[in-house]
Amino acid sequence: MSTTATPVSTATPAEWTGFVPGPWTDTIDVRDFIQRNYTPYTGDASFLAGPTAKTLGIWDTLEKKFLSVERAKRVYDVDTHTPADIDAFPAGYISEDDDVVVGLQTDVPLKRAMMPNGGWRMVETAIKEAGLEPDPEIKRIFTQYRKTHNDAVFDIYTPRIRAARSSHIVTGLPDAYGRGRIIGDYRRVALYGVDALIAAKLKDKDSVADQPFSENWARYREEHSEQVKALKKLKRLGEQYGFDLGRPAQTFQEAVQWTYFGYLASVKSQDGAAMSIGRLSSFFDVYSERDIAAGTLTEEGAQEIIDALVLKLRIVRFLRTIDYDQIFSGDPYWATWSDGGFGEDGRALVTKTSFRLLQTLRNLGPAPEPNITIFWDPALPDGYKDFCAAISIETSAIQYESDEQIRCHWGDDAAIACCVSPMTIGKQMQFFGARVNAAKSLLYAINGGRDEMSGKLIVPGYEAVQGDGPLDFDEVWAKYDQMLDWVTATYVEALNIIHYSHDKYAYESIEMALHDDEIVRTLGCGIAGLSIVADSLAAIKYAKVTPVRDETGLVVDYVTEGEFPVYGNDDDRADELAQLVVKTVMDKIRKLPTYRDAVPTQSVLTITSNVVYGKATGSFPSGHQKGTPFAPGANPENGMDTHGMVASMLSVGKLDYNDALDGISLTNTITPSGLGRDKDEQVGNLVGILDAGMGEGLYHANINVLSRETLEDAIEHPEKYPNLTVRVSGYAVNFVKLTKEQQLDVLSRTFHTNA
Amino acid sequence: MSGEVGTNVGGTGTLVAERAGAPVVELGLPLVGGSNVRAQGAGTSGLEAEELERSERLAQVRTGELGSVHSWELVTAVDGPGTRMTVFLSGCPLQCLYCHNPDTWEMRRGTSVTAEELLRRIGRYRRVFAATGGGLTISGGEPLMQPAFVKRLLRGAKAMGIHTTIDTSGYLGRACTDEMIDDLDLVLLDIKSGDEETYKRVTGRELAPTLEFGRRLAEHGTPMWIRFVLVPGLTDAVENVEKVADHVQALSTVERVEVLPFHQMGRDKWAELGMRYELDGVRAPSAELVERVRDQFRARGLTVM
Repeated sequence: MSTTATPVSTATPAEWTGFVPGPWTDTIDVRDFIQRNYTPYTGDASFLAGPTAKTLGIWDTLEKKFLSVERAKRVYDVDTHTPADIDAFPAGYISEDDDVVVGLQTDVPLKRAMMPNGGWRMVETAIKEAGLEPDPEIKRIFTQYRKTHNDAVFDIYTPRIRAARSSHIVTGLPDAYGRGRIIGDYRRVALYGVDALIAAKLKDKDSVADQPFSENWARYREEHSEQVKALKKLKRLGEQYGFDLGRPAQTFQEAVQWTYFGYLASVKSQDGAAMSIGRLSSFFDVYSERDIAAGTLTEEGAQEIIDALVLKLRIVRFLRTIDYDQIFSGDPYWATWSDGGFGEDGRALVTKTSFRLLQTLRNLGPAPEPNITIFWDPALPDGYKDFCAAISIETSAIQYESDEQIRCHWGDDAAIACCVSPMTIGKQMQFFGARVNAAKSLLYAINGGRDEMSGKLIVPGYEAVQGDGPLDFDEVWAKYDQMLDWVTATYVEALNIIHYSHDKYAYESIEMALHDDEIVRTLGCGIAGLSIVADSLAAIKYAKVTPVRDETGLVVDYVTEGEFPVYGNDDDRADELAQLVVKTVMDKIRKLPTYRDAVPTQSVLTITSNVVYGKATGSFPSGHQKGTPFAPGANPENGMDTHGMVASMLSVGKLDYNDALDGISLTNTITPSGLGRDKDEQVGNLVGILDAGMGEGLYHANINVLSRETLEDAIEHPEKYPNLTVRVSGYAVNFVKLTKEQQLDVLSRTFHTNA
Repeated sequence: MSGEVGTNVGGTGTLVAERAGAPVVELGLPLVGGSNVRAQGAGTSGLEAEELERSERLAQVRTGELGSVHSWELVTAVDGPGTRMTVFLSGCPLQCLYCHNPDTWEMRRGTSVTAEELLRRIGRYRRVFAATGGGLTISGGEPLMQPAFVKRLLRGAKAMGIHTTIDTSGYLGRACTDEMIDDLDLVLLDIKSGDEETYKRVTGRELAPTLEFGRRLAEHGTPMWIRFVLVPGLTDAVENVEKVADHVQALSTVERVEVLPFHQMGRDKWAELGMRYELDGVRAPSAELVERVRDQFRARGLTVM
């Protein structure tokens, strides 16, 4: 055979010139394309370029004309007449020179669109809260003619779910808003072009045409039709802005633009709780390397394009209610961009574009979106580790996840959806499950199913702890174990109903069009209040805990005498109780039936709903007071991890990732002076801490290195900064435990020494 | 001189009584669970406390098998390089007016922990130390109040290949044997004042033993980080700082000088312990003052943080 016998050689698009061929040329396989074509970068950050005048000009216009107005009004504007869709709005621009990476959700920056398929009531409330009136015709359509996801969920909900929901033992369920946590493989738009994607979907659809009818078969065909329609709309979206997305992208700029159009189509048609963008840097970098080698792109040009994309990712907006904003602390959308990590062949997936992404935080200043997420491993190139740490220290805007844990479970082309949920891009999605209140469940166990706040019987058929004597660990654990049976069964039942209804009435057709036809679905269950349960169980086991009852016999408080080990101090006695709770909940979830045969998983993550959960929950044997915020995620209880940040990391690192495949979240806050006396020392120490934590099994670390703003925020919202450590000489204080006066003292001192 | 240390072990009353100008210590405060001195979960979490008969306990203290430990934590960047396990021992011969850990002054307030148990915990962090370039720091209190215990810890840590440091005032430097110095990779030496009178006012003790210890360390080639706490109105006089700088300049193995601005973080602890605090009205030094003092050290060609 001749050496040129490549099967598709005659059909190879001109856009692929210079790329190393492989399986990716015959089937959709972006990972294979990256692995065969990317150039690892092992140097430092010295090659990077600052912002261009154009970048700064557009950013300035955005700030002055739009963002400052929005901050004052909360919502800049709402289109109340046009239900959102991929091609529902004409092209829009920030300014006349907004031409590097284009595309807005509506025709005006920050103007929000209605997405009523999730539920009409939420849309109407949000419009009214924005000071506007809903269009009566639109309301009529979505209340009389078009059934929504929310309508369907409440048609199916069982009495026990309603009881659990109203008593807040199960809460935050995505039953009135988009579920999110689905990452379309937006890179496919750039690599293959939409025409090839449509052809592939049609082929998949008809590959089963000869099979006999079944509900699964019908759903498969119907969903593929929806996906093809969405891809056609995506092509029209490109045309609105003057691009032919039918063909593959030819340049770095086009690759970024095409990929962004894929993402834009998603955020134009879905308002999922988290709309993450995937893992893009090494993919983009193949194009930038090709263009730079050809002399058609400079470093300044490449940085300008990444800056322009990031700028667009900072202005995604959804129409939310004030209530929603309170649960999620503001207006987040988790445009999570995963980067770093290793490929299975041992080469780091770190490219020059990985550096360019971090550089946006310098060129445009810090911002929460996109949610930059670094897959960390101690063996990553030193230049990259140092740059990550330096940017973390400057901005507190980066989170870290264990590359080893993610790669070993989900491969080397996985990305994070939302905060900690890993998934293989284009091959996996999650049925998002909010979380169940594991702490409140303990109080239900002690009170035999009566709610400790209202006194109402929520879970019938369970016997409360009797008598006024001290609590017995074995008895309480047995009751907790039984109560968790009811709680998890009710919770998973609700999730199954929600996702069944979501697929039926608010199907994510463009996101799913950018997935394979057969995918893995996970059911991402979650728990809140882990540290409170662990500490309370430790108190019952190692100290003397006497229940305090009200006149009806309801246990409303506890008297705890003696010392007990506390989760978060690398004390195995307490940490093992936390492990036990995570494993017990997971084992119960594993036994339950799941919609669409989803693989059950668990996260120990609260996002920011720890405040809301706290409000709805009573007092605990650990000393946690009624109504006060939970610690976030898997964090130790606020102020109880007294042996330093690394000890706290080691405790959390003991939780078995196999029991929490959807992720285990730890939020750390540290002052710059707590990391070292000068910048080099701070960078070196932060790198060391991350190496140490991840090396000891830690899955995730949010790293806050405080600026003045964060310290001030900590004074107003202490619950967000559970382990903010202020160090002076050999002594540490917990910032949130200081008096206001002391906090102000620290505030001034810290900035004096940094000035 | 090590006898002086030995006689004070376990007997707290005499120590307090013989200190001129010592703060009033209310005896009879609760010392264990439920006490407002140590929060639940703080202190020696994860370390098993030893409960022994008094005679047996004293015997083990003498051989250094048993020590009085205030607390431990994993800290970064403050008690030496990298992430370190800092062990705070109980007991201190000085009574610095600005002390932010007055709850470590008395050995009886500590928890009895065996060297073996503590070394087990130290060994647990070998990988953390390797990843961060850290190690063990023994602080206090004054570590050299319990030299036999410290000796065991240092030997045990070195045997595991762990970087070792003590944070000391040097006042009990004579209790630190040459053998112990051989097991020290770094000493954080606190020179609390350069002027003898000021030193006495700040600490209630003499300066000379500290300087003598510094010279011994330099002769041994042991690296030192010098720490100087800057308290407005107490230690900030130009001449006082000049004298500290004179002393430091004479020590050939000093790698850096850390000027630590005074803060009021320890104030509440004095009240909780029922002790009179003399620095109530003192404010943290201004940025200008801190820079002036740092410049005084920099002028001697020293690396200053």
